[in-house]
Amino acid sequence: MAAVQDTVEQVRSIDVDQYKYGFETNIESEKAPKGLSEEVIRFISARKDEPEWMLEWRLDAYRRWLNMAEPTWARVDFPQIDFQDLYYYAAPKKFKAPKSLDEVDPEILKTYEKLGIPLREQEVLAGVEIPEGERPKIAVDAVFDSVSVATTFKEELKAAGVIFMPISEALREHPDLVRQYLGTVVPTTDNYYATLNSAVFSDGSFVYIPPGVRCPMELSTYFRINEKNTGQFERTLIIADKGAYVSYLEGCTAPMRDENQLHAAVVELVVLDDAEIKYSTVQNWYPGDAEGRGGIYNFVTKRGDCRGRNSKISWTQVETGSAITWKYPSCVLRGEGSSGEFYSIAISNGRQQVDSGTKMIHLGKNTTSRIISKGISAGRSNNTYRGLVSAHRKATGARNFTNCDSLLIGETCGAHTVPYIEAKNPSAQFEHEATTSKISEDMLFYCMQRGLSQEDAVALVVNGFVRDVLQQLPMEFAVEAQKLISISLEGSVG
Amino acid sequence: MAPLLEIRDLHAEITGGRKIINGMNLTINPGEVHAIMGPNGAGKSTLSYVLSGKPGYEVTSGEVLFRGVDLLSLSPDERAAQGMFLCFQYPLEIPGVSNMAFLHTAANSQRKQRGEPELTSPELVRKVRELGKQLGIDTDMLKRPVNVGFSGGEKKRNETLQMMLLEPFLSILDEADSGLDIDALKVVSNGVNAMRSPDRSFLVITHYQRLLDYIVPDVVHVFAAGRIVHTGGKELALELEATGYAQYQNEAA
Ligand SMILES: Nc1ncnc2c1ncn2[C@@H]1O[C@H](COP(=O)(O)OP(=O)(O)OP(=O)(O)O)[C@@H](O)[C@H]1O
Ligand SMILES: [Mg+2]
Repeated sequence: MAAVQDTVEQVRSIDVDQYKYGFETNIESEKAPKGLSEEVIRFISARKDEPEWMLEWRLDAYRRWLNMAEPTWARVDFPQIDFQDLYYYAAPKKFKAPKSLDEVDPEILKTYEKLGIPLREQEVLAGVEIPEGERPKIAVDAVFDSVSVATTFKEELKAAGVIFMPISEALREHPDLVRQYLGTVVPTTDNYYATLNSAVFSDGSFVYIPPGVRCPMELSTYFRINEKNTGQFERTLIIADKGAYVSYLEGCTAPMRDENQLHAAVVELVVLDDAEIKYSTVQNWYPGDAEGRGGIYNFVTKRGDCRGRNSKISWTQVETGSAITWKYPSCVLRGEGSSGEFYSIAISNGRQQVDSGTKMIHLGKNTTSRIISKGISAGRSNNTYRGLVSAHRKATGARNFTNCDSLLIGETCGAHTVPYIEAKNPSAQFEHEATTSKISEDMLFYCMQRGLSQEDAVALVVNGFVRDVLQQLPMEFAVEAQKLISISLEGSVG
Repeated sequence: MAPLLEIRDLHAEITGGRKIINGMNLTINPGEVHAIMGPNGAGKSTLSYVLSGKPGYEVTSGEVLFRGVDLLSLSPDERAAQGMFLCFQYPLEIPGVSNMAFLHTAANSQRKQRGEPELTSPELVRKVRELGKQLGIDTDMLKRPVNVGFSGGEKKRNETLQMMLLEPFLSILDEADSGLDIDALKVVSNGVNAMRSPDRSFLVITHYQRLLDYIVPDVVHVFAAGRIVHTGGKELALELEATGYAQYQNEAA
């Protein structure tokens, strides 16, 4: 109930016109030579002490990438990226994987403190007021540019049999497990950016939940881009073995810079029989300024494979940042009776361009999927929902429900809905609902007549609009997301 | 005693359109109940919008003082915080926002603007539940999104609930009786009567004398073609019911 109230209060307490995560950490870093070549890939692989097969895997991807072209079908518009003008690896200087927090560079610790990310195990996410004892525990893997700088609750998780560590570490400690699954959901040749990621990925999280284990706490990874001119290419791989369950959260921010920065991540989820992964993202990369200068290019491939019977994947995303978002978290519903969900809030303001959605690929019998997408466009932004729902010939009894709503604030923004539906099995039942509406002046006036300021009124109406999706987020993330929604829309009316 | 509301020679039009308010004068003192009656399309709702600051209307001349302040220079939320409440003829629906959360936000937004301490959640919930009981609004309706799927009568009860919670100095009721059954009419009127006090005033816009049996006015105005053309006591309402507005429309023209 008080959720909306919280939002309103948080908007007031936050400095306007400020991307408050836009600060820079001054720290010396070690970079790979600028540009992309086999040499740079060898450099990255060597820094990470990787097994030989991993290097070969990367090089293979790189050679394929050289012959690929950037996709052009999305409704986004940006100047050609010069891939030779980027750094592909940056790590805090003299970086050695720390054994405990005391070994982490204090500048970095300060950074996460400022971001409100709890690296000490007794802390919780900033801004969340929950009494001691009732606080949910959250294990955090903190990725700073190209390396993971800290991972918390390792011992407790280990006792439960859960593996949660940077993927670079997993490659050394559990190489067979990584090798068994890496690239099996998003193959190296999947698409231009995924292939690039396969060649140069630096860090990210690896999670393995053994059979029958319900992960005892939320797991989360927090990505921070700090270095100039540096791309971030993280790779996340999560495996829920038979009957396992995990809820995983992902957050991200970057300093304010005039130039655009590339973020091309790959996330792969594997879910076996009766297992479930709930994956939530609050994406808050720097969106650029009001004129569209700077901001992150967020070109991300996220896909989950429901390999087992009755397996389940649920994607929830709150997209508020990035200059350009190109992102379609998808589910391959292979196992009989498996199900996929996609809940999305995508907000665009200023000159932001969002092209986002999902793919639900029904391969197995009696598979179900559900898509709830809420797009909000303001300023001069463009916001496209692009979704594919398909049923394979053998997907008898496949069912999908899609609801796709767009809300426009002001006269200069755009909202677009591009649904693709392919049913090769006659018994498939696909339902699609879509609405587009303008934020109602009358509704805003009604709220203001009751005492709400214009910005509070917008925040309230928008919060109501996205409520179905917010409810899907873990509580502490929902609070964070509400704050973000209000901040993203500041100055969008009047 | 200083008047609560003073409207002096007010002229207003729809932005880029017709002139609707045409030399309106009205003074409401604290504690008074004024009724406005008049033909359809005379500009009664428009008057309520101009007073509460709805965008889309332009005041071309005249002035309005509310509690000694130049009302027209304030934004709608500032007017609300000053103690002006508009009971909407057609209350809006706000999907996804619970009634209780809306009430909480509204009450505390106003308190904050006035520099008063905010209500805590338990305080507010207690208050709202109490009022809900008086008005026949059950807890289920408090949890539901604001006005979404409410019947016409339920919406009006809900408006009354908001008014009683916010305790404004001036409540403008625009056809609060439309769509109400007899029981609801009594409930809403009882709510208004319970709020009556020496420093609280009401401007009641209605077409039917019946409402004024329950909310007994001190003054009745006839409003035609954008201004008040005749003023009398509560018996004027009865008269109007018998004679209609024909004579006044000539007067206004
Ligand atoms: N936004 C608008 N655009 C054009 N005309 C308008 C607008 N709003 C009001 N009007 C016109 O202004 C006139 C006054 O309308 P208003 O709603 O104030 O009348 P009223 O006295 O409240 O009538 P009723 O008794 O039917 O409620 C009407 O002719 C109406 O059509
Ligand atoms: Mg009217």
